[in-house]
Amino acid sequence: MALTLEQVRHVAGLARLALTPDEEQRFSTQLSAILDAVAELEGVDTAGVEPTLHAALAGAPGVRPDQPRPSLGPEAALANAPARVDTRFAVPKIIE
Amino acid sequence: MELTELSMLQLSARLAAGETSSVEATRASLRRIEQVDPQVRAYLRTDPQGALAAAEASDARRRAGNPAGPLDGVPIALKDIFCTRGLETTSGSKILQGFIPPYDATVVTRLREAGLPILGKLNQDEFAMGSSTESSAFHPTHNPWDLSRTPGGSSGGSSAAVAAREAFGALGTDTGGSIRQPAALTNTVGLKPTYGRVSRYGVIAFASSLDQVGPMTRTVADCAALLQLICGRDPLDATSAPVEVPDFGQELEGGVKGMKLGLPREYFVEGMDPEVAASVRAAAESYRKLGAEIVDISLPHSRHALAAYYLIAPAEASSNLARYDGIRFGLRAKGAHSLGELYSQTRDQGFGAEVKRRIMLGTYALSAGYYDAYYLKAQKVRTLIRGDFDRAFAQVDAILSPTAPTPAFKLGEKSGDPLAMYLMDVLTLPCNLAGLPGMSIPCGFTRSGLPIGLQLLGRHFDEARLLRIARAFEREHDFSARRPPLEVADAA
Repeated sequence: MALTLEQVRHVAGLARLALTPDEEQRFSTQLSAILDAVAELEGVDTAGVEPTLHAALAGAPGVRPDQPRPSLGPEAALANAPARVDTRFAVPKIIE
Repeated sequence: MELTELSMLQLSARLAAGETSSVEATRASLRRIEQVDPQVRAYLRTDPQGALAAAEASDARRRAGNPAGPLDGVPIALKDIFCTRGLETTSGSKILQGFIPPYDATVVTRLREAGLPILGKLNQDEFAMGSSTESSAFHPTHNPWDLSRTPGGSSGGSSAAVAAREAFGALGTDTGGSIRQPAALTNTVGLKPTYGRVSRYGVIAFASSLDQVGPMTRTVADCAALLQLICGRDPLDATSAPVEVPDFGQELEGGVKGMKLGLPREYFVEGMDPEVAASVRAAAESYRKLGAEIVDISLPHSRHALAAYYLIAPAEASSNLARYDGIRFGLRAKGAHSLGELYSQTRDQGFGAEVKRRIMLGTYALSAGYYDAYYLKAQKVRTLIRGDFDRAFAQVDAILSPTAPTPAFKLGEKSGDPLAMYLMDVLTLPCNLAGLPGMSIPCGFTRSGLPIGLQLLGRHFDEARLLRIARAFEREHDFSARRPPLEVADAA
């Protein structure tokens, strides 16, 4: 299945990727080839088959007891921030 | 003999006998890294200070007669996918360059508690997406058996470091074969545990329903000992299983007499290297001589595993990698005028080509109108693949196959062709889709001297049996004892 440049741009928008025109061209070709290769699944009879959404096996415990415990302090949480103001992450202005 | 030639358990015995110290072993490893890593390039960064401090603490415990466990003081290295408190962790990506985790992954905590000095962080394909280390944002790693070739991937830094004696053992991760395939290409032992056996907390996520952490070592006994340290329920990972962890060393020498081992006909795929196929058939014959029954089995849906995997894994990756937004950590693009621009420019600058390709593929497979046809369909095929294994394991105790269809390929040979690269995982990824444990052990060499790996697949939570089967083969053959022909600029 061929993925058009327009579709590539749409998907890149959903994925928040600012692709260069060169990347758009390349991904259109490469993703089309990959989609062709995975198209074989259409021919597999899956009538009445439940999807396996997760490899976690029966008996997986789910959630731990909800008990308070110490978390990262503001300094540790902000230590890797590319930009900060006081104890907050700084971002470009989002409200005019 | 050089200290770095010892297995983890041999070193452990010498430490226990007071014949050497953890500081000596750590210094020997760091020296070896200085000598060979300029050629191999397995490490992204070393941590001599941290490793030596841990080694000194270990020696003090040993002197006080109070070691933290059998591997106390044995130096190890980690794939760069594991968060290490205070030590840069990138998962092979530019988008995480400079990221200093504020906490340790659970497996790292367990290794520290067991007293193992951490030598440094090992190269990998970016976010573990690749089969050669060539998608690393920093540099490729070279196979110690032939420096012009790949050590496999994505845990190729781990396999190369262990093979080149730059670490006594290492941890890797395996989403579609990323522990087993590099082990096969470097004459080392690698084990992917059952999904849920090992905590994923603090392991940078690729595909959460498939990712699993495992040991990479030079011997089967080392593999068992290292696995022992990392298994078990972790309250910080809801998918870690509350299943009892056996003593993996206990039945190691039990042999294979009376066991039934399946040889799946679909795993001798078209295009397989004839020397690989011959070597694996010879291994099956060897098991027969050791008293196992070799049973011809069929896993008919395996041929759809590659297609199912390349929808499921990218779909999960596209969701997991949404967190790299330039706001809280990692790279931030300069000069963005809006929040939207900041996200998309950061991600375009920070991610490499393979990662973008998979994010695009996954986003497409999950997008409106395509979800049922791609993602849901793939998950149904996954059920069929798992059903094949259930039927096989009603018949046999474990499954034998080649780990990879070919020996190590040349760096650059497949990097321009994503589909050719994906085919390297065709024999390893059904195991991940079914959540099974799998292993690769050395089983021979090609005429040109490249390692070949034998894959063993087992029932859920049956790692102990896999290790026992692996050990039975290792005892008969000396492949693990062979050293890669690395030339060392002798500094001594």
